[in-house]
Amino acid sequence: MIRAENIVKEFNGNLVLKGISAEFYPGKTNLIIGRSGAGKTVFLKTLVGLNQPTSGKIWYGNTDLFSLDKKALRKIRMEVGMLFQGSALFDSLTTEQNIRFPLDMFTNMTKKEKIDRVNYCLARVNLENANNKYPSELSGGMQKRVGIARAIVLEPKYLFCDEPNSGLDPKTSILIDELIKSITVENNITTIINTHDMNSVMEIGDNIVFLHNGLVEWNGNKSQVLGSNNELLQEFIFASPFLRRLRDAARKL
Amino acid sequence: MFRNFFFHFGRYVQMLKLSLGKPEKFYMYWNEMLRMMNDIGIGSLVIVILISVFIGAVTAIQFAYQLGGQLIPKYYIGYVVRDMTIIELAPTITGLVLAGKVGSNIAAEVGAMRQKEHIDAMEIMGVNTAGYIVLPKILAALVVIPMLVAIAAFVGIVGGYLSSVPTGWLTSTDYVKGLHEFFLPRNVSMMYVKATVFAFILTSVSCYQGYYVKGGNIELGEASTRAVVYSNILILLSDYVIAVLLTG
Repeated sequence: MIRAENIVKEFNGNLVLKGISAEFYPGKTNLIIGRSGAGKTVFLKTLVGLNQPTSGKIWYGNTDLFSLDKKALRKIRMEVGMLFQGSALFDSLTTEQNIRFPLDMFTNMTKKEKIDRVNYCLARVNLENANNKYPSELSGGMQKRVGIARAIVLEPKYLFCDEPNSGLDPKTSILIDELIKSITVENNITTIINTHDMNSVMEIGDNIVFLHNGLVEWNGNKSQVLGSNNELLQEFIFASPFLRRLRDAARKL
Repeated sequence: MFRNFFFHFGRYVQMLKLSLGKPEKFYMYWNEMLRMMNDIGIGSLVIVILISVFIGAVTAIQFAYQLGGQLIPKYYIGYVVRDMTIIELAPTITGLVLAGKVGSNIAAEVGAMRQKEHIDAMEIMGVNTAGYIVLPKILAALVVIPMLVAIAAFVGIVGGYLSSVPTGWLTSTDYVKGLHEFFLPRNVSMMYVKATVFAFILTSVSCYQGYYVKGGNIELGEASTRAVVYSNILILLSDYVIAVLLTG
């Protein structure tokens, strides 16, 4: 489990996170949602340790992330996988080399073991036979899947996804969501997804943290969204008239 | 202004300190170093040779022209070309050229890695990014650039020969005699000291500019330009300091 405790983050006098406390559970897809500028990315980067909070604590299980020395932090980091918004695949490396990078860097596996592990991860994201393709030869959806394969290659306990659906068509978005969900459940990973994709909210939102103006405005799950009386949440989720009509129809049922 | 200078200097030293951390896997660093040695060494060989041959040639012709009808032996042309090339022209001009070619390339490459979140991705994996990205580049430059400078010196001397002997300014025997006269081996040491210092400056400054880049493409271009400008200034400054220290 990951727990954020009263996280405050300030950039040059600008308070972006104003005291966020939230819990993220293993085996569940935990979503951070909110409008652009609500502090989602800053919060995610703080959770993963890329940003040092101005005050507050991040707990990975019983370990305070920001009290660790370099060696202990590196050990925790090896239990973390992250899918970036732009996939962050290394352009000069093939798909196989990209996925193998963490194995090369941190394990003493033989070459065959590494290739087997890479092939397993590629099969897991339905990308068999893409080993020798470069990132520039892959579509956006395929790049995301390679990003997921690289994130899970070291069998992480924690998986972070920064807007995994951005730039993808709805069908591919659903495939990516389903993939993240199934990997999370299979491996009992604590998965935290930063998104403003409404399909994701309604399909895989096991635990949803809605941020507004640097604070947690609402916390619940996908089945509680419809019945919530929080106006800001309703405005955010059902922003379009079409979705509002759908919501009203669903409520009548 | 001073605050800004100390901020950047402190961060630069911090980056270098971080880059000296223990490698996670030695062979990954080694592979990266080999890639950079190829990029810097083989990739810059043609331009270094081209520039050096012309610099040697021009030095010889201009010195011969200045000698005119004076009572200075003609073989001095070979002597002057040799010492000018070894002590000053080969290391400094090669350093300045490489600051432009290699320095801007390094700043752009590292800066693009920062912008595309490659560095963040490595950080999250637990990689010491300063170590993996910066250290192999510096080490590769420290190995390859002195070699390039030695080649530049040799080619410069050959350039001097080609421009002065076939054109009749002096005989081959005179030129070769000049090359042998008043030779001080420590001048070659000075050349290597300069080459090593310049290699360190141009790679570390360029890595720094790229590693901490913020913003978009315009900022990346600016970082690349700063890498070249600051490297050039520091190369010229250190050239002066080394000259004072080693000839005093």
